[in-house]
Amino acid sequence: MSTINIEAPEVMIRELRLGSITGFEGTAGQLVQCGRSGNLHDCSRTFSQCMGCSSGKAFCQLSMIQDAVIINHGPVGCAGDFFVFNFVYRVGQMERKLPSAIGRYFSTNIEEKDTIFGAIKKLEETICAAYERVHPKAIFVTTSCASGIMGDDVEGVTDKLTKELGIPIVACFCEGFKSKIWTTGFDSAYHSIVRKIVKPPEKKTNKVNIINFWGSDIFTELLAKLGYEPDYIVPFSTVKQLEKISEAAATIQICPTLGTYLGAALEQIYGVPEIKAPLAYGIKGTDAWLRELGKVLTKQTEVEEIIKAEKERIVPKLEEYRAKLKGKTCYITAGAAHGHALIALLRELGLEVQGAAIFHHDPVYDNEDPGSDMLDHAVKTYGDVPNFNVCNKQAYELVNILNRVRPDIMIARHGGMTLWGAKLGIPTLLIGDEHFGFAYQGLLNYAERILETLDNTEFVTNLAKHSTMPYTKWWLEQDPYTFLGGDKHVKVY
Amino acid sequence: MSKFIEQPRYSCALGAQQTVVAIKRAVPIVHAGPGCSDKICALIGQGEGYAGGNTIPCTNSSETEIVFGGEDKLRGVIAGSLKVIDADLYVVLTGCTSDMVGDDVGQVTKGFQNSGKPLVYVETGGFKSNNYVSHDEVVKAIIDQYVDKYAKQKEEKISGLINVFATIPYQDPYWNGNLVELKRILEGIGLTVNVLFGTDSGGIQEWLTIPRAQFNIVISAWPGLEIVKHLQEKYETPYFHFPYLPIGGLETSKFLRNVVDFGKLDETKAETFITNEEEKFYSFIERTADFMLEFRYGLPRTFYTILDATYAIGFAKYLLNELGILPAGQYIIEDTPEIYQEAIREQFRNISELRSVDVTFCIDGGKIQEEIRANHNKNRSLILGSGWERDLAKEINADLLIISVPVNYRLVLNCGYAGYNGGLRAIEDIYDIVLNTYR
Repeated sequence: MSTINIEAPEVMIRELRLGSITGFEGTAGQLVQCGRSGNLHDCSRTFSQCMGCSSGKAFCQLSMIQDAVIINHGPVGCAGDFFVFNFVYRVGQMERKLPSAIGRYFSTNIEEKDTIFGAIKKLEETICAAYERVHPKAIFVTTSCASGIMGDDVEGVTDKLTKELGIPIVACFCEGFKSKIWTTGFDSAYHSIVRKIVKPPEKKTNKVNIINFWGSDIFTELLAKLGYEPDYIVPFSTVKQLEKISEAAATIQICPTLGTYLGAALEQIYGVPEIKAPLAYGIKGTDAWLRELGKVLTKQTEVEEIIKAEKERIVPKLEEYRAKLKGKTCYITAGAAHGHALIALLRELGLEVQGAAIFHHDPVYDNEDPGSDMLDHAVKTYGDVPNFNVCNKQAYELVNILNRVRPDIMIARHGGMTLWGAKLGIPTLLIGDEHFGFAYQGLLNYAERILETLDNTEFVTNLAKHSTMPYTKWWLEQDPYTFLGGDKHVKVY
Repeated sequence: MSKFIEQPRYSCALGAQQTVVAIKRAVPIVHAGPGCSDKICALIGQGEGYAGGNTIPCTNSSETEIVFGGEDKLRGVIAGSLKVIDADLYVVLTGCTSDMVGDDVGQVTKGFQNSGKPLVYVETGGFKSNNYVSHDEVVKAIIDQYVDKYAKQKEEKISGLINVFATIPYQDPYWNGNLVELKRILEGIGLTVNVLFGTDSGGIQEWLTIPRAQFNIVISAWPGLEIVKHLQEKYETPYFHFPYLPIGGLETSKFLRNVVDFGKLDETKAETFITNEEEKFYSFIERTADFMLEFRYGLPRTFYTILDATYAIGFAKYLLNELGILPAGQYIIEDTPEIYQEAIREQFRNISELRSVDVTFCIDGGKIQEEIRANHNKNRSLILGSGWERDLAKEINADLLIISVPVNYRLVLNCGYAGYNGGLRAIEDIYDIVLNTYR
């Protein structure tokens, strides 16, 4: 049964849609095995630290649509992430040579009295005022725990005002408490875009949708060789551009954790084929991904030429790096599919991956194609990974494990985790640009930065000497999974 | 009046988690949805600190806790926090989910409190207020549920000991620097000073001496008043209220002399300190006066403030009286309760001996920016505002000094604008920005 249903106002959460989980200890191979056999059980933690929520992730994707306004229907604290994304938006404008513009974001500022009588009127006022002030091409309304519990009829208001104002006013349901997997918020944003913005195709174009955050432009050159153009979505697109993504020749996801829903929705509703392959990380992953791309775009010959030329170009340098990295150990913490991709990349470089703390696990994606399972690919290609922990940003588990494992380097792909490596004196690397490790060149990019990080131990050594540790001695001596277990809190309603 | 906000500049009630993070070796335990804590840090956090940021324990309330209540989950997370996090004080803070569902958090925490754990709870459901209000609630709760219980010799006042309630940690990006300077100058006139937050405080041991202070000082337009009134009732501690941040020579000396009067302190000692400080301060002003008078390529001659009241009054007085920059639009952004608005208007009415200025209370940054755009004349101006003002400043050819949250274009460590040193720092920062506009 398809997981895509654009009739429903709300997207189904990942726990229900994909059977995703946030707690697991074992090996990567065991996790893949459990997922395949339908034996994946979530574990909850009796002690936990703060995570992220869906509303932040929905905002992340919607907030950089150039001519849209975003209204968060919640107390003012829920708007705490406005400026962070405004900053990202503005840095991206510089890189893309766009004129300087500020993100137009509003909070309805739900207060105590609203929780008794509802805040629908406030929402209506805010939408109208924002429309008058900005004259956007669309307005998205993201919801909050408060508006969700109050039961405000958000879709009722947005539908009504869509008619009155003559632009799409789009409800995006992303209450934090609804899902334990914050990437559900990406699905919420995409669901609202597919439901209310995207139009049926009138023609086919030579555009390829790239579902991404705001990474560097690496696809123009690649696709040009194949006679296609990238269309980076959703950040930095316009409403008009989003209306037409149904006309693209294909969809590439830089990471299925991000784009699973949108990729599948565009394929299932509008027939835009999705590139279903392991991610282009490591040699074999890149081979497979490029070949699938060639197949979908019917450019197999050209792709084979690219593969040949690229390999010839990078292999000598790669061998040089492998020799230098031989025997080095590392530990990874990252979001799901990108973390799996990094496992492949690091092992291709010859590093020993001693374990990973990966934020959640989707046993299958919305396209239901096992070929897209990057973890499965990594395990099959490079062997199993021990100490594989599915752990939604629980720093206390990470610190405990790092303190035992003591790798030569920690590789992180999410803010807030690097400090724990550094405090223990472990050189730590976070790459912000999500396209940095992509394809053959990505191997060289990462290798260079890893060598640089391994070489630069002065900072972490000194920091470790002078930092405090907020975790008790008792805790550091316990099994890292002491608080993980039982399924008391994981029943999904 | 509509109350929506474009460009928020403060957090919700739960934002007071940063009040706890600012206490040495204290940790908040957040009983709320999964993203709350993270979003607060995104707006006002300044890194992990000891046990802030990603270290903050949280119940990450899910559908289960909404349907069946979250008390069990909270009990587990508190028990875990006491074992896993090495802290002197644990403060349970609730979010919207818990307060709307009606969890009996008092009952849950009581069990731990009764067994002697240093644990406090406060209901800070986001919708209840903002962090300007809830900061006071959290401080009062710590006093009532922890300090009062564990403090010794509460009735014996210590001569010369005072508590200072001056800034809201993290909501004031320069809180730590400000407290360091306030402590320095108050010690200079002979007092022993509890600042309670930040690097120069003594952690929980210092909090335990709160009841023994000879008097309290609140340096703020209105936040903090609830705390000192509460302490007056509870421990009969009198308080002195100075309604804005003293910046520079004039106001800092005035502030100190007021404190001397209030506390009946040794005037000679205080005057020696003040004279010495003023001499240093004005020697720098003198050094820079020719620059300010002569620099031919243009310096800002008017200023806008888009700040909370405590900063707005403090900077307005300083810029006008000591740097000769004239006030243009003055906007107060912290959702000032009506009962405090008149006193703030009055401060602006008497901003100098010669000048009276209007002030606008408005939480909607988008509206403020529209007004400034519409009314701006061609003079080069200075904006004291937040990161949201970047484009506005460029458009109206203004220099922007970021004082208010969000501060993302600045990295803040121990910078502060309070006192004599803060006044000098303000001059350096303002003219750094001005001079940096030239190629």
